[in-house]
Amino acid sequence: MQRIRLRYTKRGRLRFTSHRDFQRAFERALRRSAVPMAYSAGFTPHPKVSYANAAPTGVASEAEYLEIGLAAVRDPEQLRAQLDDSLPAGLDIIDAVEVRTPNFVERLEASEWLVRLDGVEQDEAARAVALFLAAEQVEVERLTKNGVRRFDARGPVAALEIVAPQVGNGPDGHLEGESDVRTARPCAILRLVVRHATPAVRPDDVLSGLRATADLAPPVPAEVTRLAQGPLDEGTGTVTDPLALDRAAAPAGPVEAAGPRATASA
Amino acid sequence: MTVESVFPRLEALLPHVQKPIQYVGGELNSTVKDWDACDVRWALMYPDAYEVGLPNQGVMILYEVLNEREGVLAERTYSVWPDLEALMREHRVPQFTVDAHRPVKAFDVFGLSFSTELGYTNMLTALDLAGIPLEAKDRTLDDPIVLAGGHAAFNPEPIADFIDCAVVGDGEQAVLDMTEIIRTWKAEGRPGGRDEVLLRLAKTGGFYVPRFYDVEYLADGRIARVVPNRAGVPWRVSKHTVMDLDEWPYPKQPLVPLAETVHERMSVEIFRGCTRGCRFCQAGMITRPVRERSITGIGEMVERGLKATGFEEVGLLSLSSADHTEIGDIAKGLADRYTDDKIGLSLPSTRVDAFNIDLANELTRNGRRSGLTFAPEGGSERIRKVINKMVSEEDLIRTVSTAYGNGWRQVKLYFMCGLPTETDEDVLQIGEMAKNVIQKGREVTGQNDIRCTVSIGGFVPKPHTPFQWAPQLSAEDTDARLTKLRDSIRGDRKYGKNIGYRYHDGKPGIVEGLLSRGDRRIGAVIRAVYEDGGRFDGWREHFSYDRWMASAEKGLAGTGVDVDWYTTRERTYEEVLPWDHLDSGLDKDWLWEDWQDALEEVEVDDCRWTPCFDCGVCPQMSTEIQIGPTGVKLLPLTVVNK
Repeated sequence: MQRIRLRYTKRGRLRFTSHRDFQRAFERALRRSAVPMAYSAGFTPHPKVSYANAAPTGVASEAEYLEIGLAAVRDPEQLRAQLDDSLPAGLDIIDAVEVRTPNFVERLEASEWLVRLDGVEQDEAARAVALFLAAEQVEVERLTKNGVRRFDARGPVAALEIVAPQVGNGPDGHLEGESDVRTARPCAILRLVVRHATPAVRPDDVLSGLRATADLAPPVPAEVTRLAQGPLDEGTGTVTDPLALDRAAAPAGPVEAAGPRATASA
Repeated sequence: MTVESVFPRLEALLPHVQKPIQYVGGELNSTVKDWDACDVRWALMYPDAYEVGLPNQGVMILYEVLNEREGVLAERTYSVWPDLEALMREHRVPQFTVDAHRPVKAFDVFGLSFSTELGYTNMLTALDLAGIPLEAKDRTLDDPIVLAGGHAAFNPEPIADFIDCAVVGDGEQAVLDMTEIIRTWKAEGRPGGRDEVLLRLAKTGGFYVPRFYDVEYLADGRIARVVPNRAGVPWRVSKHTVMDLDEWPYPKQPLVPLAETVHERMSVEIFRGCTRGCRFCQAGMITRPVRERSITGIGEMVERGLKATGFEEVGLLSLSSADHTEIGDIAKGLADRYTDDKIGLSLPSTRVDAFNIDLANELTRNGRRSGLTFAPEGGSERIRKVINKMVSEEDLIRTVSTAYGNGWRQVKLYFMCGLPTETDEDVLQIGEMAKNVIQKGREVTGQNDIRCTVSIGGFVPKPHTPFQWAPQLSAEDTDARLTKLRDSIRGDRKYGKNIGYRYHDGKPGIVEGLLSRGDRRIGAVIRAVYEDGGRFDGWREHFSYDRWMASAEKGLAGTGVDVDWYTTRERTYEEVLPWDHLDSGLDKDWLWEDWQDALEEVEVDDCRWTPCFDCGVCPQMSTEIQIGPTGVKLLPLTVVNK
């Protein structure tokens, strides 16, 4: 069985897709594009797909990952293009590599998030960030299925900074301008790097932390985008490409579907 | 004039609501056309939650039929849940379409498909959110034509105040005819305003415009007559019937939602209409005659639809799917084609007497062997004669015994309570039938672990059926009868634990009955319910019987009639029924005779296999029965595709 790791996005309005919604959409896309899926054994066989670390509903992402098992060998890039065509715009498959290394999920050490706060002045945001970073610990609460849970939101934060407004980076122009035409209001953008820990600290929790330490209360819900997830470079506070290892382990040249390596079977 | 998307304003609200994905659109196979390049624009609504409305075949078909036309645009809108409704009111975001998020008020037609009357309050919510006046008389040229269709539109009188127009019967050709009339009127500069375009529609005889009819009442509250009040408006409005289903292979590109919905499968309507003649069944009466889609037409729709959607299941839909003349070849052909693709087949409506084990085996070949479901509808032989559901207990026992012998372990049976002439004894027979089924199952399999679930709904008399004159059983009597049945099942030591018992209490049925056989005076009741916060009446957690009853008292004050008058009262032959001026093709005298036959427990045959018994539809509507067999088999696709 050949296994392929894919990177995909949740962009624009499709950020409201829940993980379950995405799973159904993806499995239908597999059928439409006639990908030779490997199936699980058993009474009701399921296509072999495993998902890692899905972003919450309502949060956009440039860096979601999943892995599929194939019953026949395919060129990863062709497969990527084929699947991408079959999915709605916004759920885009942007990278594909053949699996050559184990322990992928462990490699997803941290996530980098962009948090857009409409209606918040940059100075105000900068002050709150400074207070948050200066704290040893920032206790926050979150309502979970098992009731209210208290935990530290400061510890796992590897980086938090105000970034200059970027232009034309995101779909729908979401990452544009400091006081953009969309709202004609001030806007602050935070870049946030959080280590994946238990309990998971999400951008929401950091925002709760900013409210707790500096009374920062954005007038409208924050727009959050995951920019990357992968190994964390502690020195620079950056997140690197989790597919790099598989890419490095690949032999030179494209995989031939009917070549000598086509011995994989279901 | 370009219409702006409300999405940026809506988007800010979405993080605060449940399942926001249902409001963002972007479904696979959805269509967004250039607003300015179209001159007739339709907003289509299924007035229920997105998860129920999206898979609706009627809306999907019309959406495609309209969008395929040059210069015509159709978008969809659904009921928003109360959480979003409150935010939309607070932030002044209007009812929007999910395709391009355009405000519903900007369209030429706002068409609603009512498969049940319980969507009426949701229509009022949508109109109000859209900024369209609730009552037709208050609308101006800036408002869309509010159009009702679907089975409930066969008696549109309860919503006559709120709609501008209703269309009865098949919508495919009707929406195109309506489009042309509107297009011409717009091109002429909209002469005569709303009245003129509605008059043009009414004069065709195929569109019902309530404002052009006056209802006169007798002193006792019954209707004296319904009279056209404009020259050229016909006394009766005819239903539309599409002949040759193969010419209408819709939906070709079914919508595939991102959100989870109630049906997620590739549905193909394999025939329309039913002449089994079950007397309680409005669908079977108003959709005559039977028109089959050909086996090759079905094969093409399935293949194209699966490619376009990626669905894992094919649903072969109709009112009684095993009655297709070539159902065996269809099921085998499809199972053969899709063996490797793990595509399951389902036949949602199967009669006991049309069931055969070969067919059942084909249906489950590529998928799961879940339970079997049948609908004997009546517990006793006698009541089944009254309702003309000619299924004998021997048929049922023979069928389930074969099924158990072939590996099924679970049978579900559907019944109704409150049928005309019904006694406690008829209903208690339901329990006996379930025991016999289990007994037979144990015998055949040698196992004790055999389950039979009985599911019971309250009977609601419907317009255009032989039971349109019948008294409805009161909620109290329904509940009392069902309690007796429950006690008799629970009390049975030998079988009781193996019988699942599901039933609905009688109260929602009374409200449905009020709306089904209501007249224009019911409009005030619907409005009162809406204004009191009534929404989503098809949902148990939102439905309030007390609110409906309080509103009925208020809305009907001074009319001399009440809820009982509409529901539990038996009608006489002479009475003018509120829907008599809507022509379903059925001869009223034939319906009356069939009602008398019911009372005498006389059955009537199916005209597909016996001579015509003059229900009136074919001559009245210039239609005919279209059935096979064609003798054609489904070929393997590799050959077909070359």
